[in-house]
Amino acid sequence: MALWTLFGLRKGSASTDWPKAGNNHGQQGVWGMPRVLDGACADSCEACIEVCPTQAIGRQEKASTSGIVIDYGRCITCQRCVEVCPEPVLQATDTWALGVRNRDDLRWQAALQTPEAAELGQRIQTRFQRSLHIRHVDAGSCGGCESELQALNNPFYNLHRLGIFFTASPRSADLLLVTGALTRSMLGPLHAAWEAMPEPRWVMAIGTCAVSGGIAEGGYTCGHGLNEELPVDVYLPGCPPNPAAIIHALLLLLGRSSQRVHAGRLT
Amino acid sequence: MSGQVQMRPMLVDDLPTALNTLLATGGRMQMAYAWFRDGQPQVCYLAAPGAGQAFECWSVAVPAEGLPSLAPIAPLLGWYEREIQDLVGIVFRNHPEPHPLVLERGEHTPPLLPGAEGVVTTTAPHALPEVEGEDIQELDFGPVRADVLESAQFRFFYIGERILRYQPRLFLKHRGMERRFQGLTPEAGVVVAERVSATASLAHALAYCQAIEDAADCEPPPRAQAWRCLLAELERIYNHLHYFGHLADATTLKVGQAQGRWLEEQTKQLLARVCGSRLPMNLLTPGGLRRDLLLPDDFAGQLAAIEKETRHYLDMLSDTSSYIDRLQATGVLSQQVAFDKGATGPIERASGLDRDLRRDHPYADYAALVPEIALREAGDALARAEVRADELRQSFALVKGAVDRLGAGEVCHPCAPEPGSFGLGWAESPRGSLFYAVSLDTQAHLAWAKIKSPSYSNWRVFPFTVHDTNMMDYAINEASFGLSVAGCDR
Repeated sequence: MALWTLFGLRKGSASTDWPKAGNNHGQQGVWGMPRVLDGACADSCEACIEVCPTQAIGRQEKASTSGIVIDYGRCITCQRCVEVCPEPVLQATDTWALGVRNRDDLRWQAALQTPEAAELGQRIQTRFQRSLHIRHVDAGSCGGCESELQALNNPFYNLHRLGIFFTASPRSADLLLVTGALTRSMLGPLHAAWEAMPEPRWVMAIGTCAVSGGIAEGGYTCGHGLNEELPVDVYLPGCPPNPAAIIHALLLLLGRSSQRVHAGRLT
Repeated sequence: MSGQVQMRPMLVDDLPTALNTLLATGGRMQMAYAWFRDGQPQVCYLAAPGAGQAFECWSVAVPAEGLPSLAPIAPLLGWYEREIQDLVGIVFRNHPEPHPLVLERGEHTPPLLPGAEGVVTTTAPHALPEVEGEDIQELDFGPVRADVLESAQFRFFYIGERILRYQPRLFLKHRGMERRFQGLTPEAGVVVAERVSATASLAHALAYCQAIEDAADCEPPPRAQAWRCLLAELERIYNHLHYFGHLADATTLKVGQAQGRWLEEQTKQLLARVCGSRLPMNLLTPGGLRRDLLLPDDFAGQLAAIEKETRHYLDMLSDTSSYIDRLQATGVLSQQVAFDKGATGPIERASGLDRDLRRDHPYADYAALVPEIALREAGDALARAEVRADELRQSFALVKGAVDRLGAGEVCHPCAPEPGSFGLGWAESPRGSLFYAVSLDTQAHLAWAKIKSPSYSNWRVFPFTVHDTNMMDYAINEASFGLSVAGCDR
């Protein structure tokens, strides 16, 4: 007969102290979103724009020396642009914590803006900073985001230690966390879950599919992102976003972490 | 095209005889799909005559009156025919289950017809037998379920604890991924394949790349082949560990759940350090790998530590009577049903069907890295867990074997398929057999792609283990199947 309780006690705690202390977020080696460097593109080279499967890359005059801009809300981190770039313009990075309050912060803009959600953040900060209950809805994902969301409750991330819980009923949820490409058939259940939530309530789009449609955008059943359906409070692109990035985005919503990308610039 | 698949053009009238002969000689159907050659609809039936023999693609031109349904002879074709009927609009006559599967027919132009436009809603109505009587209750469960789960809807008819009838409604998250391939270059298609079902991202990329390599008749260099096996087995390890965590949860073994999830997490973290991605993505390309990879110095030590803990964990599970008791005789799948309805992977092997693509039709480096196939006869949840436990132990050995075979050298050969070519690729994913069939257009871009996913096969089988059982066992039975909804829905 296996002695599970004794086994559990002997194992002790496997949880990381991050983000409260230390830097053991568990994502060593994970490749993140590409960065635009201060190089100049070869004449009329559009290799990165052509290979990007989700049309995340474009040109904007004066945006950078090269004029290349990336909409991180569309990036699925496939690294094809980095591979084809003949100049030192696009560079792979390990930057993955890209949760933002304002969708525009994932796109390059001429002027650096401060987030507009200061007032909302203040309200959440005072009322919900310590605890949050989440209802997750899969609105057409590939299962990758679910795999990483399920990981949040494993002993390493141990989400409960941060006062954050997944709940079965939308009636006791503060946050609707949505993954997937918004298939037409899932819109009804999605809105039903949203309607059932008490106010105040928040919405988070997890994964590039929920942020902008991702790889399935343009398909015959899919949408173009969650903000077509519901008011979104935090966007977290990634394909899939890793558990530490999700924790960062949840704490961002609660005002317990700060945004790491503004106006399309990785910091 | 290499010798792995034989094209056999066939007349409609010859189909039943050919199918009966195939079944009588120990073969099995794998799938059927429709595509368009020069604008004319064709149906391809993929037949597997047996281990070591080339797959056969029976190609039939579709006459105006449609095709006879072959589901009465090979029941596993039933879902493929219904899907073709919904998405391409080809009629199958005398189908034993003529109902829509993916979407309501007649409401839209079939979305896979060339030139079809607009969006469709994939809510096929339930097709249920009439159930009446006192005390019979009807329960609609999902698509939004407790905890973090993929979306699918289930209907139960039950009396007290006893389930009379169970019907899943899938395809609510059908994303039309097969059409997303159309028009892409072979290299770009990999990015889509990896995102069809992300918990088998490597298997999908592998089967897809091998389909392109089949079309181009090229072979990746040995180092790339060893890397492909290494990554595929690491993917199997984290999936099977996830499975045991989930199964322990379903049997209310909380420490067992935590340990399974912790081991899964360690494997994913190791994967990230090996290849830059916790779910192995952005690595493969037709002809080999996109970039060379380096094993971290402590890889062998890390893997050995995970293996040691995993073996201890599996021993503890099999030494826990409360866990074994809940699995024994739960959700029994007979060998006959498993074969007829098309069960695959650990599910069929737990019902005594000795099939595994890695051994029967070796790909990548599996001709050298031959796995011992785990087999059980009982067909219950315990047998399914035991098969996965054996596979898990076996996968560590295969990873180590692949590490030994990582010689120096290049990792990619040029691989450009001819315009108009066809290719078939496959992989034994953690959930079972996965096939990609691809056709290229006049510019050597993808004209058509068909994915036969293991969860599509196993979701077809699963309800037969639920009818006439009881509610208490349902969650355990579902966990013991280890199904992916995204893979099924695509």
